[in-house]
Amino acid sequence: MNNINKKAKEPLMRTVKRAERSKMDTIKLRIIAFVLALFAGGVFILLIGYNPFELYGTIISGAFRSEMAIQATIKFMIPLLISSLGITLAFIMQFWNIGAEGQIIMGAIFSSYFALFHSDWPHLLLLVVMFIAGFVGGGLWGLIPAYFKSKFNTNETLFTLMLNYIALHVISFLRDGPWKDPGSSGFPKISRFDANAQLDKIFGVQFGWVIGLILVVIVYIYIKNTKQGYEISVVGESQATAKYSGMNVKKIILRTMILSGGICGITGMIQSSGSDITLASSVAGGVGFTAIIVAWLANLNPFSILVVSFLFSVLEKGSSVMQSTYGISTYSASVLQGIILFFILGCEFFIRYKFVFRNKGGARA
Amino acid sequence: MSKSSETRYAIELKDISKMFGSVVANENINLSIKYGEILALLGENGSGKTTLMNMLSGIYYPDAGTISVAGEEVTISSPTDAIDFGIGMIHQHFKLVEILNAMDNIVLGTKEKYLKPKVLKDKILNISNKFGLEIEPEKKIYNMSVSEKQTVEIMKVLYRGAQILILDEPTAVLTPQETEKLFAILRKMKEQGSAIIIITHKLHEVLSISDRVAILRKGHLIDTVETSKTNENQLTELMVGRPVSLKIERPDMDEKKTILKVIDLSVMNDDGTTGLKNINFKLKSGEILGVAGIAGSGQKELCESIAGLTKVKTGAVLCNKENIIGKTPDEIINLGISMSFVPEDRLGMGLVGSMGMVENMMLKSYKKNKGFFIDKKPSRKLAEELVKKLGIVTPNVDTPVRMMSGGNVQKVLLGREIESNPNVLITAYPVRGLDINSSYMIYDLLNEQKKKGVAILFIGEDLDVLLELSDRIMVLCHGEMKGIVDAKATTKEELGLMMTGRSLEGVDLDE
Repeated sequence: MNNINKKAKEPLMRTVKRAERSKMDTIKLRIIAFVLALFAGGVFILLIGYNPFELYGTIISGAFRSEMAIQATIKFMIPLLISSLGITLAFIMQFWNIGAEGQIIMGAIFSSYFALFHSDWPHLLLLVVMFIAGFVGGGLWGLIPAYFKSKFNTNETLFTLMLNYIALHVISFLRDGPWKDPGSSGFPKISRFDANAQLDKIFGVQFGWVIGLILVVIVYIYIKNTKQGYEISVVGESQATAKYSGMNVKKIILRTMILSGGICGITGMIQSSGSDITLASSVAGGVGFTAIIVAWLANLNPFSILVVSFLFSVLEKGSSVMQSTYGISTYSASVLQGIILFFILGCEFFIRYKFVFRNKGGARA
Repeated sequence: MSKSSETRYAIELKDISKMFGSVVANENINLSIKYGEILALLGENGSGKTTLMNMLSGIYYPDAGTISVAGEEVTISSPTDAIDFGIGMIHQHFKLVEILNAMDNIVLGTKEKYLKPKVLKDKILNISNKFGLEIEPEKKIYNMSVSEKQTVEIMKVLYRGAQILILDEPTAVLTPQETEKLFAILRKMKEQGSAIIIITHKLHEVLSISDRVAILRKGHLIDTVETSKTNENQLTELMVGRPVSLKIERPDMDEKKTILKVIDLSVMNDDGTTGLKNINFKLKSGEILGVAGIAGSGQKELCESIAGLTKVKTGAVLCNKENIIGKTPDEIINLGISMSFVPEDRLGMGLVGSMGMVENMMLKSYKKNKGFFIDKKPSRKLAEELVKKLGIVTPNVDTPVRMMSGGNVQKVLLGREIESNPNVLITAYPVRGLDINSSYMIYDLLNEQKKKGVAILFIGEDLDVLLELSDRIMVLCHGEMKGIVDAKATTKEELGLMMTGRSLEGVDLDE
């Protein structure tokens, strides 16, 4: 029965897990990936008929060429930074919160209520109340999936995702109905916030960046040095371990999701009262999803999140300048961003694995 | 079809090497096996036995070296290839579809035309008669005992025409009686000219079943010896690399008082099946109460219900006259009952794999200091003490514990639990996956606690160890207690019979 006639061939290529790489190697690999990304992007730029060097130069200078450009870059960074910090808490707990969009929107809605209807309150008090309202709104929106997860073990990925759309349509409802600006002559929009309800500026940029920096430090300390942060890490690693050591897992899940959603809600408050100066349906505008990439690229470390979200906003701002200078379509700029991201994310695979080709020895190298 | 000639080898491995990252799993292994021979593969955990066999069955692909089957060099790049070459592997964890019957499981995945059930049944019964397998083709898998399931697994590879059979720790889940049955089948297959490789830890089984023994240590083939010319001591020495005493101490303690009393404990599993049924026993200070039973007989439920991790249906667990059933682990800790539980799943329950020793030390005590922040200083001190005291091998106390070897992980876990000065210590399979040295170190640690007057519940799987280490042995079968026997007076056979459901008549030693 030994039909040896079928002599299988060695596969052309195999993936082999490699030895733990040193920090230097990892950094080198990331730099190579970045260079390759620029190269591949360059080919794309050539294909659409432009000079890659010029365009890359424009991205960099576009982000930094003037004080205003730098301010705009920072403005891009603020929501990305804060919401990345928010979802990081959930992700450490291995609770896949992809509902940052919805939580941002809910935070914006809650705080906008005070901005729209209580703009006569003292400026500082109003902002503090709006800040808390933003936290509560986002936190509630995060609490809902957490409650069902801990009670009925529902799938948080789908749950948080679906809540995004509900939040989005709540804004449309408010804009077309109860909160519609009476002065807008039929066009549905929510009125502009009173100057009293706007975030102040520091160095020409809205106050949000200061909040962002403070949050980086707070979240870092919370994760590393507090009992609650410790509990989050244990629950994330294994719920059985958490139960074994006497932790109240349900309580921890609920508490963490309030915090995670709440921080995202703060993003909404800051974005609406600091940048949009109104409640727009684009208040989140995809930031909640980009934040997922930022958090992962930064390995869920708050300080790395600061760096990564800054780089993202340079790319974002730079390509918008590129668009306007060269008249390239938005989509081409998006393709370019996609190519760069593809290489950087793809290089994570090579940090952990390598390919071995047929007849090339083996992993003995 | 059976071309078994004396000169030709069933399998020849030449210079086989395999690495996982920087870890050498196998290096330059040269091994061969003839048709009509049973080869035992012996080695401590992590010595590369399973990796080597996985390369034969197409799960891994070697980095270097060649494999020959029946004298011809072959490339095995998938389990399908392995089956085509007549190699069948029976894994430690069964790969059967529970809701199908034996017959369907046997033909599942074969490419030939679908046979009528009657024809198929005859074909299967034919094969089983040839090898002396007892099989009911129409029985559903979920109605089968562990040993029946194993028979189906063996049938599966025989049906596919395997001439070379690899068994990975087949006896780990069997009672002594079932093991004998399995060995009878293997001997019959050997007579029919099959080549059999069996991986096992248990030395007496190696001696009783095999013709030759290959010993692996740290990925290298140390030696191949004729079974008839060797003994347990020599095999251990080859396996470990130096002589090891195989005797376990059993200190006798005079003063014994009941610390833990379990009354009519019943547990229902999530799927509605019985986990435990009316368990009654007392656990006394200064004794080791062993718990024997086939895997899944209620050991896990017993530990977890005492530790407050499982919902209990009825019954009570009295610890110093206080019922701890219905209390959360947190409340039990707060009651001042110092009970330690060393769970069977070390990294999945007892420790946090991605954290270092320091952070694992405070897993149960982090709430003790007041305030919002954690204080890592005491746990760092404790971690460093443990490293010294127990000889834990780790680059530093902040290295994630999942990077440590099994023995060291167990020392970290047991060390932490012992350091909390418990009155009651529950340990589930504390030496599972450990090499001989670490195992004996763990036995010593347990005996040390026993001498201090701690009451120890020891869930074990190796009956020899249970007989030597415990004072009394409780036997579980299907969640029921079949009796408690004096470890000095009982035999392995008696335990084996009780494990398969025969109740103990006569006196209950507990009263």
